[in-house]
Amino acid sequence: MKNSKITCLIILFLPITLYAADALQGDVTKQPLNVTAITMFLLFVSATLGITYWAARKTKSTRDFYAAGGSITGFQNGLAIAGDYMSAASFLGISGLVFASGFDGLIYSIGFLVGWPIILFLLAERLRNLGKYTFADAVSYRLKPIPIRSLSACGTLCVVLLYLIAQLVGAGKLIQVLFGLEYQFAVVIVGILMILYVTFGGMLATTWVQIIKAILLLLGASFMAIAVMSKMDFSFEALFSNAVDVHEKGLAIMAPGGLVSDPVSAISLGLALMFGTAGLPHILMRFFTVPDAKEARKSVFYATGFIGYFYILTFIIGFGAIVLLVNNPEFLDSQTGGILGGNNMAAIHLARAVGGEVFLGFISAVAFATILAVVSGLTLSGASAISHDLYASVIRHGEAKEGDEVRVSRIATITIGIIAIFLGIIFEKQNVAYMVGLAFAIAASVNFPILFLSMYWQKLTTRGAFIGGAIGLVTAILCMIFGPTIWVDILGNEQALFPYKHPALFSVSAAFIFIILISKLDKSKSAKQEAIDFEDQYVRSQTGLGAEGAANH
Amino acid sequence: MQHLYKQIYADPEFHELEDKRGRFSWCLASIVLLTYFSFILIIAFAPQVFATPVFENSIITWGIPVGLFVILLSFVLTGIYVYRANREFDRLTKDIIEHAKKIHNEK
Repeated sequence: MKNSKITCLIILFLPITLYAADALQGDVTKQPLNVTAITMFLLFVSATLGITYWAARKTKSTRDFYAAGGSITGFQNGLAIAGDYMSAASFLGISGLVFASGFDGLIYSIGFLVGWPIILFLLAERLRNLGKYTFADAVSYRLKPIPIRSLSACGTLCVVLLYLIAQLVGAGKLIQVLFGLEYQFAVVIVGILMILYVTFGGMLATTWVQIIKAILLLLGASFMAIAVMSKMDFSFEALFSNAVDVHEKGLAIMAPGGLVSDPVSAISLGLALMFGTAGLPHILMRFFTVPDAKEARKSVFYATGFIGYFYILTFIIGFGAIVLLVNNPEFLDSQTGGILGGNNMAAIHLARAVGGEVFLGFISAVAFATILAVVSGLTLSGASAISHDLYASVIRHGEAKEGDEVRVSRIATITIGIIAIFLGIIFEKQNVAYMVGLAFAIAASVNFPILFLSMYWQKLTTRGAFIGGAIGLVTAILCMIFGPTIWVDILGNEQALFPYKHPALFSVSAAFIFIILISKLDKSKSAKQEAIDFEDQYVRSQTGLGAEGAANH
Repeated sequence: MQHLYKQIYADPEFHELEDKRGRFSWCLASIVLLTYFSFILIIAFAPQVFATPVFENSIITWGIPVGLFVILLSFVLTGIYVYRANREFDRLTKDIIEHAKKIHNEK
């Protein structure tokens, strides 16, 4: 332990002096060495490494590794789910969006939130009662495991990688502003820490890191929102009119506008946010960490409350940032006139504006912690797709030894970590909330349709789910590649072949249509058997009879 | 386990419970879906509706209270669902399972 702390210190401080030369170009007063932030961050890292050490000793079986032994309560899980949701992409990205375009930020928040009631009403209990470690467990309950798990694993890995990119971009930007470190370097630190948490501490460590961070972030964001409102004498009228006065878009920030400019994009984004939530593998995985369906339900209730509250805070924070930062030269880039470090940094600068250096240190450390906690959950779910779905079920046909499965999972964690670091560096210039939108589109077009139909439609067959789901995946990816973001912004082509930024409307419809069509055309013997097996699955999903219980520790 | 599943599937009380629970969840889900997609469709087709001030001379536009309402509604509806499911539905499910086990053991 002691050695690792010292190594951390060296890793953290050495490059500051190395890169100080770069940062010196007129920016030196804007990026002083923030001792408070570094101390708080190191405190958090040592605490979480301590948790990882504790969790590593408790993590023995596969069930411990993937699902924390089913020992998490509904309230704790609610906090952890909220923690997964209150990611750096949400906190920095949405407050940044509100800062840049006002009301439009709220569209994202609401879309992220309304997925939750839907998950609760339609999916949560059934999923908890049918599954073991991944959502593919539930889908392959009566469908053939090999094709279904291969497809689910592909969907999971795409979502995980995109989401990871968004988080790492946030991390890189944050540390750039806070520590004056080079972007690439920051991404690498986050990558290494997340690999450590997951490889050694599994789901137990990942969950507790998430819970602690969720509490810290809720406290920090509450303080910021209250500080902003107290400067406005707790009048929303004053907050909004001050913001309109200084913002370059003026009154337009009080109305829907720039972000969602055409109807197709609006509906497409709405679909992606809502059904994407119901298909996010790292979130679905959390339902297996609680002992039963009752706790699963409670966790959604608590999570919805925390997330809703948090989004209201980010909205206030975003507007507060407009009022307090826009005309303050201290926070502006002297060359471009925009805010230092880009719009995603609005919340961080606001922390300094309302709470001084100490609070800036606290919020920066929390935001960094947020990224660590979220990327760990993501990495674990990506690794479980590889080890539990691909390795144990597809390659070893369900006969892998427990120890082997966990070992594969650890190797997968390291591999995903390294790939994510590279992609994080490549995607440096993207708006992080938008990258999350893309991850949601894939989750909504592959994971959600097959999960939903497997539970609700008796006539779903393996062939239908596999081909239809694959079409959803390919449609989503192609629309993304040929859409404005990748084809124009990244590859530098002049015009996008697919005109919309958000592919969900097309890819979700394609998935549902083809899954249903092909299932209906499937007259094979196995299709008949799958329809018969639906009855057993239905009873189990509704009663919880035979479901995985809590492990006895 | 398979026998028990068949047993329960044959129990009319199970289907009665499922009808009741299904109606309840779909009803709540439709409220959320309708509210949310109306919200999105207004943004898409009539954004000026949300740009209207809530009262004369106010800077606050309708979009903001409506947005907050959607957030609150989501929370309240999940609360209602959890309240009923954890009391009524769980009790009925338990009765059905016990009933099925009893018949199963008698056979």
